Formats: sequence, structure tokens, C-alpha cells
Amino acid sequence: MLRVQGKAVHQCDSGWVPVFVDQEQSISLMSVGFLLEKPDEAVVWRGPKKNALIKQFVSDVAWGQLDYLVVDTPPGTSDEHMAVVDALRPYSPLGALVVTTPQAVSVGDVRRELTFCKKVGLRVIGVVENMSGFVCPHCAECTNIFSRGGGEELARHAGVPFLGSVPLDPELTRSLEEGRDFIQGFPESPAFPALSCIAQKILNEAPVGLC
Amino acid sequence: MEEVPHDCPGVSSAQAGRGASCQGCPNQGICASGAGAAPDPAIEEIKERMKTVKHKILVLSGKGGVGKSTFSAHLAHGLAEDENTQVALLDIDICGPSIPKIMGLEGEQVHQSGSGWSPVFLEDNLGVMSVGFLLSSPDDAVIWRGPKKNGMIKQFLRDVDWGEVDYLIVDTPPGTSDEHLSAVQYLAAAHIDGAVIITTPQEVSLQDVRKEISFCHKVKLPIIGVVENMSSFTCPKCQESQIFPPTTGGAEVMCQDLKVPLLGKVPLDPRIGKSCDKGESFFAEVPDSPATLAYRSIIQRIQESCSLRQPKGENLVGS
Repeated sequence: MLRVQGKAVHQCDSGWVPVFVDQEQSISLMSVGFLLEKPDEAVVWRGPKKNALIKQFVSDVAWGQLDYLVVDTPPGTSDEHMAVVDALRPYSPLGALVVTTPQAVSVGDVRRELTFCKKVGLRVIGVVENMSGFVCPHCAECTNIFSRGGGEELARHAGVPFLGSVPLDPELTRSLEEGRDFIQGFPESPAFPALSCIAQKILNEAPVGLC
Repeated sequence: MEEVPHDCPGVSSAQAGRGASCQGCPNQGICASGAGAAPDPAIEEIKERMKTVKHKILVLSGKGGVGKSTFSAHLAHGLAEDENTQVALLDIDICGPSIPKIMGLEGEQVHQSGSGWSPVFLEDNLGVMSVGFLLSSPDDAVIWRGPKKNGMIKQFLRDVDWGEVDYLIVDTPPGTSDEHLSAVQYLAAAHIDGAVIITTPQEVSLQDVRKEISFCHKVKLPIIGVVENMSSFTCPKCQESQIFPPTTGGAEVMCQDLKVPLLGKVPLDPRIGKSCDKGESFFAEVPDSPATLAYRSIIQRIQESCSLRQPKGENLVGS
């Protein structure tokens, strides 16, 4: 999605060097994707092996001076989630951003994710409702393809902040497919103000330089 | 199930029971004796249990959110419309068990009988099992590591009394990890017909489906075919849009490249999600939708594929 598929990870004295995704070197990335010989190769690992790699990603990558470390996780409440919480605990994580789509079936799983956060002592920064409504590019009619409002309802039920809804925009999807910067390319998109607002809320929580 | 150390070398590794991380593990004695490398007796027990189950289908995806559980549920509904067909739906997504909700069975409980656990019956010919039925609250989280999840899956396959079943559909979580390995390993002696792999049209999803196909080849699991979900959307006011654009040709091109069958494409219909949220069959709610027709065609192809598979005890048809 960040257009760095196929890049290799190098070692330096202080550990693995993450891959920079932009010219300005403001965003670096580490992923098991960089360690695969072929992109179609399946990573058929059981829990303990996944846990070991996640620990290495936290302790053995030379991240350098970072303002924000964002950790993308798979769905669920299992090995990967426990491993990353354990590995990051000594560094006092800001918290978890919990993403759902609006439908009840999605919310039904995500409420368990919120319970997970509570049980492991991980603060919830807030809930984001993704794929919330689709604005037809031809006639501007808004259809709630995956219903609407489930995320906000969930946040209310769980007593955590609701950070916002992000509508479905095929241009966002296309940008991710083609590795383009959506924020730069589509400031007119309905998804743009939603994403910017959520980012701003997080920046307000922990402004750079005040830790 | 006992918890194992974080750096567990694996029960069948040469280091089992002997590594530094094995000290203090409750299974150390078993592993050091080599018993961990012996075949699990449950595999034979499951083979026995599966003697009354004619066809077994795994529903896989590389990615989350592509509609796997929705598809599994509607495959079950579709097959069970013929009241002479016995259908069983097993949900092995231990952390995110959506099947009870989608089938309208939330709050139901599992009962024990002399012959094992009884599945929850939606219809006389449609039984369902999920970890969701074992949880007391919709907020309960199942925070289990791999070994404990594997134990649950073993129990589901060994201890549930499905009875005489024509089709057992196994709904899985996304990925290629513990649950998938366990399902394939525990069913190893019982002959799985194959896997149906669900994707959306985008490259980001297809990339993960290719890995899923690679997993199937690795574990010698035949592939019945691929379903492209959320294929296109028709705005109720005007015309068709591609919400998840097939930037690299969608599932069609991928299937041609990898020589796996494309079973069909299901368009995005907001009423599908609504039916699932209400726990109702979309086929009953909107029988004339293009999505219903697409589903029915796919289900028929799956039935045809299953009827071509060699009977138990003979070689698997190549994938």
C-alpha cells in the first residue's frame, strides 16, 4: 500500500534498518512482507514463531528518533495482539485505535476487541467507523452500503471516545492499490476531511515534543 | 490446554523439551520423551467422527472483511434449502465468531448428549457450532494463544455429534496460521473435498489470496475455486460503480494466472449486510437480487465439484 514492495531490509550496528517510504524520510516501515523471498509466499507460522518475530520488530529494528510508532495488527485477540502489547508495554503506549465498519456483525467482533484492551490494560484512544457510507461519484447519492452508526453506538456502549466516520471512497482504495499518497492527491475527497480530523485528534492527544 | 512459553520451539522440533525456553513448561516432559512428535490420537478419532460426513469444505480468505462468514452462512442456507440435504456449519474463528449472529442464533447454548456435543439446529437439516455459543456475554473476548485455539478446534471436530451430514462447511478466520493448520491437520485422515477462497476485487486482497492459494498447495489442500465478493455496486439512483476497483484485473485475471477455477462474482448489495445483521437468509429476504442469483450459481458449482471428488480412501483429485 505504501509502494515499497520488494524492498530489502538491511542490518546496521544498531539493528535492522526500516524501509523509508518517502523522499523526506518522514515515514519508515517494517513488515514481514520485506522478509519474504516472493510476494506470493505464504507465512504459515503458528503462534510462537509469530510472537518471536513481533518481539524482534520492536526490539531489534533501528527506528531512530520517532514521534509516532503506528502498529497495524491482524483481526482478532490472539498471539499477535498479546505479543505486541507485551513488547510495547515498557514504552508506555499511547493506546489503541479500534476500527470497525458500521454493521452489527463487525461491531459484534469489535466489542470483544475493546474487552481485550481493557483486560490487557491498553487504553483505547477511540473508535473509528470505516467504510461509513458511499457517495456515488455520478449522482452524489449517499448509500449506506454497510449500514451506518454502529461504530458510534459501540463507542457509546463501551464508554470510549468516538473519533469519527470515514466514508467509502473508491479513489482511496485505488490510491492504496497504486501506492499513491491519497492525502496529497485527493484533498477534495469526502474521505479526506474525515481522515484529517481523526489524525488531528490524535495529534492533540500527544503533541510532538511534549512527552 | 496448558499455555506454552513464548519461545516454544514447536512440539515436533528436534529441540522439543530440550531448549532453554522449555524449562518450566508444563509439557516439557512430554516433549523431551518424543511423544510430541507422535501422531495425535485425535486424528484417528476425528476420522471416525467424520465417517458420517460426506463432504467437507473449508472457506478461506487471505484478508479479513471480504465476506467469508457471510459466504459460509449463505452456502449453508443455500444447500439446506433442499430438506433432504443435511448441512453442518462449523465456525472456527475463535476470536471473532460471527456465525451465530449471521445465522440468527445469538444467545443459543450448546448441550451435551451421550454421543458428544449437540450442534445448535437452525432447521432440522442445518446444524451450527461456534465458540460464540460457549461465551456468556457478547462483550467476552477470547484471548487465547495458538495452542489453546488448536485445542478448541480439535474438540469441535472430535466431540461434536454432527450425525449424518452431506456437507460440513468450516468457516475460518483470515490468514494462514494456527486455525488453518489445525483444521487441515486434524482432518488429514478424513479427506477434505477442498477449499473455497473468498476475495474482493482489489489487488491488496488478491495479494493475500495468492498466499492463501500457496498455503493450500503447501498443505496439499485441493482448491474448489475462488469467489470474488463485492464485485460491483449499483447505485440505487443511477448506475454501476466499482467501489473496490479491480486495478490488476480482479479475481478473474488472478485465477487465469494461477489456474484455479473462478466460481463466480457476487455484486455488492447493501441488503446482504442488513440480512446478516438481522440474522436472516439474504436468499429469503431478496430472492430476485443479482447477488442471490450469483450465489446460487456458485453454490451449484461447489456441489458439482464435490460430486466429482473421489470417494474416501482413494487419492485426492489434484488441485
